[in-house]
Amino acid sequence: MSYISNTDKQRRSMLDTCGAGSVDDLFTDIPANLRPKSFCLPKGKSELEVASFFDTLSKKNYSNLVNFVGGGFYDHFIPSAIDAIVSRSEFYTAYTPYQPELSQGTLQAIYEYQTDICRLTGLDVSNASLYDGGTALYEACQMAIHATDRRKFIVDGGVNPIYRKMLNSYAVNLSIEIVEVPVSHGQSDRTNITALLDENTGALVIQNPNFFGVIDDHTDIVKKCHELGILVIQSVYPMALSLLKTPGEMGVDIATGEGQSLGIPLSFGGPYLGFMAVKKEIVRKMPGRIVARTLDTNGREGFVLSLQAREQHIRREKATSNICSNEALCALRAHIYMSIMGKEGLRECAQLCVDKAHYAIQRLNAIPGVKVMDSSPTFNEFTVRLPIDAGECVGRMIDKGFAAGFPLGRYYPDMENYLLVAVTEKRTKHEIGLFAETLEEILCQ
Amino acid sequence: MSIIFKKSIEGRHGVSLPESDVPVSHSISEKYLRTKKAELPELSELDVVRHFTELSRKNYGVDTNFYPLGSCTMKYNPKITEKIASLDGFSSLHPLLPQLRRGGMLTQGALSVVYELEKQLSEITGMDAFTAHPMAGAHGELTGMMIIAAYHRYKKNNKTEVLIPDEAHGTNPSSAAIAGFDIKSVPTTSNGTLDIDKLESLVNEKTAAIMLTNPNTLGLFNPYIEKIAAIAHKYDAQLYYDGANLNAILGKFRPGDANFDVMHINLHKTFGTPHGGGGPGAGPVGVKKHLEKFLPISRITKRSDGTYALDYDYPESIGYISPFYGNFGVCLKAYAYILLHGAEGLKEVSENAVLNANYVLHSLKDSFHVPYMKTCMHECVITSKNQGEKGIHALDIAKALIDKGYHPPTIYFPLIVKEAMMIEPTETESKETLDAFISAMKEIAQESQTDPEKIRNAPQKACVTRLDETKAVKDMDFSFHG
Repeated sequence: MSYISNTDKQRRSMLDTCGAGSVDDLFTDIPANLRPKSFCLPKGKSELEVASFFDTLSKKNYSNLVNFVGGGFYDHFIPSAIDAIVSRSEFYTAYTPYQPELSQGTLQAIYEYQTDICRLTGLDVSNASLYDGGTALYEACQMAIHATDRRKFIVDGGVNPIYRKMLNSYAVNLSIEIVEVPVSHGQSDRTNITALLDENTGALVIQNPNFFGVIDDHTDIVKKCHELGILVIQSVYPMALSLLKTPGEMGVDIATGEGQSLGIPLSFGGPYLGFMAVKKEIVRKMPGRIVARTLDTNGREGFVLSLQAREQHIRREKATSNICSNEALCALRAHIYMSIMGKEGLRECAQLCVDKAHYAIQRLNAIPGVKVMDSSPTFNEFTVRLPIDAGECVGRMIDKGFAAGFPLGRYYPDMENYLLVAVTEKRTKHEIGLFAETLEEILCQ
Repeated sequence: MSIIFKKSIEGRHGVSLPESDVPVSHSISEKYLRTKKAELPELSELDVVRHFTELSRKNYGVDTNFYPLGSCTMKYNPKITEKIASLDGFSSLHPLLPQLRRGGMLTQGALSVVYELEKQLSEITGMDAFTAHPMAGAHGELTGMMIIAAYHRYKKNNKTEVLIPDEAHGTNPSSAAIAGFDIKSVPTTSNGTLDIDKLESLVNEKTAAIMLTNPNTLGLFNPYIEKIAAIAHKYDAQLYYDGANLNAILGKFRPGDANFDVMHINLHKTFGTPHGGGGPGAGPVGVKKHLEKFLPISRITKRSDGTYALDYDYPESIGYISPFYGNFGVCLKAYAYILLHGAEGLKEVSENAVLNANYVLHSLKDSFHVPYMKTCMHECVITSKNQGEKGIHALDIAKALIDKGYHPPTIYFPLIVKEAMMIEPTETESKETLDAFISAMKEIAQESQTDPEKIRNAPQKACVTRLDETKAVKDMDFSFHG
């Protein structure tokens, strides 16, 4: 299949204009000894063949298990209008709005998205998006280095272990010292964290709800941090924020998170949406694009990319971040999602998640030998102690049509029998009941 | 155009969720709850659809018309790839599934996509191994530089500097700096390619890497690349290839054959995945054998029985750089693009991209100043120097193009060319389209002499005129209040 429009005759006439005898004449700068030693790819296929190939391939994925796996990435309902709107090619075939006069659609949508994120987090300024929740957390740490000139970071053990692994990878080259503090009874360990805070600490990194689904109010720790000039970075779950105390209310300096729950499909890990909101005092240290509202020469309202002096295309090695392409279309999805769900819809959805998760807790707790860890309240995810190895249990549940949860032993070696279970608004009472019955059945085997 | 929040009507709903079939839980005590509701808008589905449809009409994409934004490869994005990425078996697949016991067998289709894409990218570029994890080009650069840092650490080399040409993309020095290196800039000669003598004088024991893009940002191919590689390797510095301009050389040149050690590819440029108004992209990184063990985890392997599996057993790996397997949806589209084209199709892509760029260059050389007049690759750089006498700048010409129905080229880049306009037509554009664009450019050149005021006041036909960026920085109005 070819998407090239020009005919041989047109190419001939164009070559004449260029004074070239053949297309090969245009490639003479590439020395003969540097021509490809091999270029073996299958012969090009028709659209029909390719469509059929991928249709078959997609069916080799079991996306239809009843899903109780979360771990920061959730099976939420996606309203149909989102796909309908983002399929408009004026959005998806455009690029970064470098020319504002032709990009008011993208720019206004980003400005509105920034407003959504500010209102959800209770903070002052949001950027236009980052790659994902993990890189957003790492960018926040970079920001804290620039803002405090300190390189010691305290990281709460309740922060998603995938993000902690990412943070460790990036930290190697930045001479950052990372101290991890395990959670205590499911929540941030105040005693141990406080003992570690000192005047060399740049930031405390926490998460709410944490990886175990446990909700916390970090106001007290934030206060202690600020007394020592330490910034607080909180990774948050945007769906939960429609109900929970905001980073802004707790005094947090930088909120980051994964926006996948806002109308973005699971899609085997990406593309997702990293978001970031900060207090206005540190906006000039922020990574990524930021859109501002301004006026045109006729006094009409319009939108532009702003504070670009922070960015790589101007500041090069002194930029606040190297990010160029971001996740604009995913941010658009999130903005449409928040607009359709609206002020009440998002809360209703979050409350449904809580209700169904709590129903699941009751059902699972009733199974002999199974114990849901009771700590502080949880949002839509919780930890279950099983009488057998959680990995083994999940394997057996797969045969019965359930993705039963995420075995915690993978990231917490002393938790082999613990399973992390997520419940979204999509799970019905019937499915939850069946899940509990099946779990009981396989545990009896 | 009204802000969406102004359209909100109290009590209006855009969604109806299923009635709850479980009891309401009051388990979360007040101290954990927000005191005030988040002021998201209250709208019907129709309100929302109309709002965004109107916004879309104030946008311009490749499907609207010619989009010659240099360095960005705004080619046509085949529609079939969108359909493939939305197949339920891909779009609804939870990324943690293959990490469950026996879960790998539940995701064989998805794992094969990543594995086979990595193999094909290796063949296309002549590298030995690829990772699909980086989520954009700049993220690929950072990953590549982290791999180089890991390599030097492993060899106990004390390397602190990265050499980068002065014409390079801004992401290059930025990525290298974030990977912990100091940056040294290498000048460009008057014929538009890297100053090799200067490079030689700058390379020493401290040099960790040289980052290059070839063709460079002036659209020129550097034929002395082997010499540069030899200079680098003499000091065990690694040669990095910025794949941003790969669209010029498919089937014509493979960085791996010219002794490049690490590279990234922008899938959204060369392999036709849509740019999404700024993203998502994907920036897979390829390496030579000696660097393979440093690639990020997880890796995907193919077992002898033909099945695919995740492999985390790489003790020298730089670790996790993305949460899962990269921007899978983007990789999926790029894989489909490669299968559609095949080897011959990809060669034709580059041949036509280069022909189109040279055609534009030759058609405009009499009206606009060309800083480096020679055969270009997939893009060409012209300037507004001829129009400067009348006080017309590259910015003015860009804005005048908007009034003629075109997206402007990249302007003021590369930084080493004054008043630069960088035009990348891509292979999918027809001669008729290019001719119409060339006519528009020539008209602007003429109007710059006869009616410069008109050019300076452009655009007049867009939904807004020039916007006050100084006011934007001063006011810092980044979110809607009241």
